[in-house]
Amino acid sequence: MLWVDKYRPKTLDNITAHQHIAQNLKKLVTEQDCPHLLFYGPPGSGKKTLIMALLRQMFGPTAEKVKVENKTWKVDAGSRTLDIELTTLSSTNHVELNPSDAGFQDRYIVQEIIKEMAKNRPIDTKGKKGFKVLVLNEVDKLSREAQHSLRRTMEKYSAYCRLILCCNSSSKVTEAIRSRCLNVRINAPTEEEIVKVLELIGKKEGLQLPSGFAALIAEKSNRSLRRAILSFETCRVQQYPFTSKQVISSMDWEEYVAEIASDIMKEQSPKRLFQVRGKLYELLVNCIPPEIILKRLLYELLKKLDAELKHEVCHWAAYYEHRMRLGQKAIFHIEAFVAKFMSIYKSFLIATFG
Amino acid sequence: MAPLLQSSQPWVEKYRPKQVKDVAHQDEVVRVLTNTLETTNCPHMLFYGPPGTGKTTTALAIAHQLFGPELYKSRVLELNASDDRGINVVRTKIKSFAAVAVGSGQRQGGYPCPPYKIIILDEADSMTEDAQNALRRTMETYSKVTRFFFICNYISRIIEPLASRCAKFRFKPLSEEIMTTRILHICNEEGLNLDAEALSTLSSISQGDLRRAITYLQSAARLFGSSISSKDLISVSGVVPQEVVEAFLIACKSGDFDLANKEVNNVIAEGYPVSQMLSQLLEVVVEADDISDEQKARICKKLGEADKCLVDGADEYLQLLDVAGNTMRALCNMPQEFSYEC
Repeated sequence: MLWVDKYRPKTLDNITAHQHIAQNLKKLVTEQDCPHLLFYGPPGSGKKTLIMALLRQMFGPTAEKVKVENKTWKVDAGSRTLDIELTTLSSTNHVELNPSDAGFQDRYIVQEIIKEMAKNRPIDTKGKKGFKVLVLNEVDKLSREAQHSLRRTMEKYSAYCRLILCCNSSSKVTEAIRSRCLNVRINAPTEEEIVKVLELIGKKEGLQLPSGFAALIAEKSNRSLRRAILSFETCRVQQYPFTSKQVISSMDWEEYVAEIASDIMKEQSPKRLFQVRGKLYELLVNCIPPEIILKRLLYELLKKLDAELKHEVCHWAAYYEHRMRLGQKAIFHIEAFVAKFMSIYKSFLIATFG
Repeated sequence: MAPLLQSSQPWVEKYRPKQVKDVAHQDEVVRVLTNTLETTNCPHMLFYGPPGTGKTTTALAIAHQLFGPELYKSRVLELNASDDRGINVVRTKIKSFAAVAVGSGQRQGGYPCPPYKIIILDEADSMTEDAQNALRRTMETYSKVTRFFFICNYISRIIEPLASRCAKFRFKPLSEEIMTTRILHICNEEGLNLDAEALSTLSSISQGDLRRAITYLQSAARLFGSSISSKDLISVSGVVPQEVVEAFLIACKSGDFDLANKEVNNVIAEGYPVSQMLSQLLEVVVEADDISDEQKARICKKLGEADKCLVDGADEYLQLLDVAGNTMRALCNMPQEFSYEC
């Protein structure tokens, strides 16, 4: 088992990084007055861990016995019927799903499937806990229509169905939904908190940590706890005992992007652009999301640039990312950004060195 | 938890005024409507104003007071944005409801029960223009037996022919004073402890929207128990703390791009919603004394663009970084145009 899963806190009491939030959630559950919840925060900050621990607090250990189901739903959409495939993770008391997987058909998932699930009231012999929980991931990727349909569902079935929504940025969730939920902001753990967790894992695994080593990993992790633990484990595999000068390798694709960045800096010509395009395709084919590529590329380029160029490059990165969101094919826009950068950089070089 | 506890009812519903005279701060409307209650004479109405000022509450209250609980179901049709209100609904559902005649007015159980029905169209500004046009003739034809109440935030989105058929009432944002008394009343009922600082924070973050204030109050009470500080309120409301906005602006003023970048990274890692950040930034920039008008204009222009991009779904980090870059250029009097663009 990966350390990330092995040392994932199982109960609200064991949570290390967001103790005050965990305590507040616990209070909510014990008071039996649980509203709809909306968790938001950057990736790797612990949203999912908190949600799982919360479910366990609500339903006891049964919440962990989940089964994966892949079901095709027949949805009646006016004149025709649609087949929508959806993967769900469910236990006796909760169902977890990812409605944005259906792409532009997400509206039907919300209107039909979620409504159907919300309607069915779970039966419990003791007359206790007669409510179920729906966990929806990535609500920020839902379309506007789907979000509007959701708000009616939230009100209508609120007596026996609680929604737990989970997303990265709450700006993309409509005000109407936000105002119906208790919003819980999960911030990324600070580097000190990451160090603490890493040291704890090291102790449990019986590893010798040289001083400053955990801090080094934490610094590289970009405040994502998941990433920190993963790279900690990678280091363990690569070389043990640790030395404080050990190289903490970054991900393959990140090195690849760094390579692209240095290619671009070295030569600005149509020929080089062609080569870069090949590399970008390579990344896209390996399912690295285009906006992440663009962001990483910007990060790498900013490291090497003069201050006066940074503003300009940032502006164009934001500009092309926006266009990418509106458009269909990501490669056009990433390439356009590369071309723009080349032209700016070239004229900068000419202006400076003649 | 099968029978849900009473406390899970939203306070917004629990403390909704049941009678027209209890509606706070909207004297004009209340005066006209109390008059209506006596004479049972009522024109078509159009209520408009910002959210959380009591428009829906007033409409529901007058309907309840006119008809009482027994007749309410048969005499009042309530439609809001979550119901389908396309042109078909106007042509079928609304028209057929409007067409039914009702018995002459005899008082029942102490309620006036005037001889007409009421159709309440909540959030009417989200109706399509076609649907609104379809209503025009319906309103006139059945005006003997049906009164329409339109409720909307933006009167400009109601087509002129509809607006001219109604008596218009503007609902004002609630003053801080009235808000405070309302909130204190709820605190007393619920047994909450709220100090003066928290109270003023609550009024300022809710900006005259009583519903929002009550929702925040309830969330905070659920999370933090009976004594609530202003920090708790800020944390449930999703407002970015003032220090963060200020640190961002200071970083921009310094003219050091890497410092600004670090600040942007910090905002994203802390998980603050960038759209909220932008609107708070706007507030700070507009009110700042040490920024010239031209600089303000440049910053505001960029903020507008970034907001639009965010609505389109653009990446938060990149947009905020772009805003930071532009703000910095404006504050440090660097030229607006980029030097190497061709």
